[in-house]
Amino acid sequence: MKPIAYALAGLGLLLLGCQDQGAADAGNEAAATADASGVAISGAGATFPFPIYSTWAASYRDLTGNAMNYQAIGSGGGIRQIQEKTVTFGATDMPLTKAELDEHGLLQFPTVIGGNVMVVNIPGIEAGELILDGATIANIFLGQIINWNDPAIAALNPGVELGDLPIVVVHRSDGSGTTFIFADYLSKVSPAWSEQVGAATAVNWPVGLGAKGNEGVAGNVGRTVGAIGYVEYAYASQAGLAHTRLVNSEGNAVSPSVESFMAAAASATWNAEEGFGTLLNDQAGAESWPMAGATFILVYKQPVDVVATAEALKFFQWAYASGDDMANDLHFVPLPDTLTAEIEASWTQVAGWGG
Amino acid sequence: MADIASDTMPAPRSAASRLRRMHRFDHLFHRLTLVCALFVLAMFVALVGSLLRGAWPAIEAFGFSFLWTEAWDPVREVFGAAAPIYGTLVTSLIAMTIAVPVGIGIAIFLTELCPRGLRRPVGIAVELLAGIPSIIYGLWGFFVLAPVLQTSVQPWVIGIFADVPILQNLFAGPPYGIGMFTAGLILAIMVLPFITAITRDVFETVPNVLKEAAYGLGATTWEVVWNVVLPYARSGVVGGVMLALGRALGETMAVTFVIGNAHNIAVSLFAPGTTISAAIANEFTEALGDLYFAALIELGLILFFVTFLVLAAAQFMLYRLEARAGGRA
Repeated sequence: MKPIAYALAGLGLLLLGCQDQGAADAGNEAAATADASGVAISGAGATFPFPIYSTWAASYRDLTGNAMNYQAIGSGGGIRQIQEKTVTFGATDMPLTKAELDEHGLLQFPTVIGGNVMVVNIPGIEAGELILDGATIANIFLGQIINWNDPAIAALNPGVELGDLPIVVVHRSDGSGTTFIFADYLSKVSPAWSEQVGAATAVNWPVGLGAKGNEGVAGNVGRTVGAIGYVEYAYASQAGLAHTRLVNSEGNAVSPSVESFMAAAASATWNAEEGFGTLLNDQAGAESWPMAGATFILVYKQPVDVVATAEALKFFQWAYASGDDMANDLHFVPLPDTLTAEIEASWTQVAGWGG
Repeated sequence: MADIASDTMPAPRSAASRLRRMHRFDHLFHRLTLVCALFVLAMFVALVGSLLRGAWPAIEAFGFSFLWTEAWDPVREVFGAAAPIYGTLVTSLIAMTIAVPVGIGIAIFLTELCPRGLRRPVGIAVELLAGIPSIIYGLWGFFVLAPVLQTSVQPWVIGIFADVPILQNLFAGPPYGIGMFTAGLILAIMVLPFITAITRDVFETVPNVLKEAAYGLGATTWEVVWNVVLPYARSGVVGGVMLALGRALGETMAVTFVIGNAHNIAVSLFAPGTTISAAIANEFTEALGDLYFAALIELGLILFFVTFLVLAAAQFMLYRLEARAGGRA
């Protein structure tokens, strides 16, 4: 099972911690000396984009001989490492605000988009059969709707028979970008959620079971009748769970797909000034999926190692141009071309970037 | 050694210088071992020091109330360790309640009652259990044990105790399959081999003469085990139990998989909870914000002290046992 392998790999990196850093640096040096033209780029941060970053890195290395070493130590660790200047770039699922970026002289830009889907385990309910909206999900996760026969759910699903079945809420126990996107979406659509819980990579859950990783949530939902949880898009289909449709900001019930994520990305306003720090939650657009977000890269505008940072940007430039298929294979959504052009334009602020 | 030296090197001067050299070597060896011992102390001080420094923002912000605050809200940056401390102690208690009698029972069977041919296979199986990585126990607990508990064991137990006061609260539904009880059960299985392997080894050191004498006096197997073997091996047994307890208190991966990871204190053992090490492992990677990070490090500091206190208490109990046994003898 791929997801578990990735989780284990990420975990191994986490447990190895600092040693791993040293080992990675040593590896980079070795690579650099072995191949005179090779430049070592190191990055650290979010675990969510780790599969796509490592896939891109492998292809890029075959192509150019330049090694990109990415350590999936988590967004918090990524931000800390870039602030301590031990890596060329940091990666985070939770975008920094303009004030935070300016304080440290950092530049932020997104790389790929991931979407969240709701998965349920209700006997007789097929994938895409159930429809939920943000307010209802918020009330379920606040512990106010506790049974699947609740009138609020019935109102959204005329013609679907839901019997007396207690709802079991499953959420992530580890801090995660997936949780941030989910909690941010609920904050946008439910004042009660925003007031009582709020949005962050980990929150104070009013109810429910905590499970580690997407695979943990998928596993718990899969074996608990009456369960509901949120997972990354890729996991819903792999785990064979029934996802729900969601009502978006224009009142349409949409299905999760690369197209509906793209629609959300296209409707969003990406502001280069603000470090593109937009989440794709509750975006306008008839076809837009309401719960998605990008993952971000952080680099210094005045880097210590100008050459390495320029090489890192070249790597992402190559990934924007040639990495879309690899992203799709791993169920990530590539950014629209208009956006990548804007991102590359913003790189002129980085010292040593010649395009 | 001395004979050989005098044979090959007859000159007395040379023998004296060799002795001096050996003395110097002894001295050096003494110093070296001293440095090793001091190194452990230095590591200990450095560890506590760096934990204290890392946890300082949280200690400053929450003070002692951190210990009894149940809230854990990363968004509003309000943190308290009550739920993880409670979960750590309860799961370890469940684990020891199950593992100590069973583990010692296996050891007694292996040393006193087991047919010779079965002794080695069972012994090896127990030792193999001790070598299984904890993540394997976690996966097994999550995918195999939890569904069984959820569909059959827990509904049955909840049904039995539904009308019994106190117990009806302790074993209240809904049956999630995962929770503090499941975590305690997994921990029991994990620490069982430690208890068994060590107690079996110390039971084997009990002189046969003692046992034969007791049997000769007409003692039953039970009486021999209870009055001869166990008292003789007491300190070794307690040592094994303490090692097991240490592992149970600090176990992370297996617990994270099956405990449900909820930062609250529930009366029901079937409810989800969390432990200190599970909370750290879960949240460390994405802990944005200095206070959040510091609160997790303070949890680590607390685990350090909880483990120290529990082991010290066990040591004290052992000391009292020894003293009482000594007084009787």
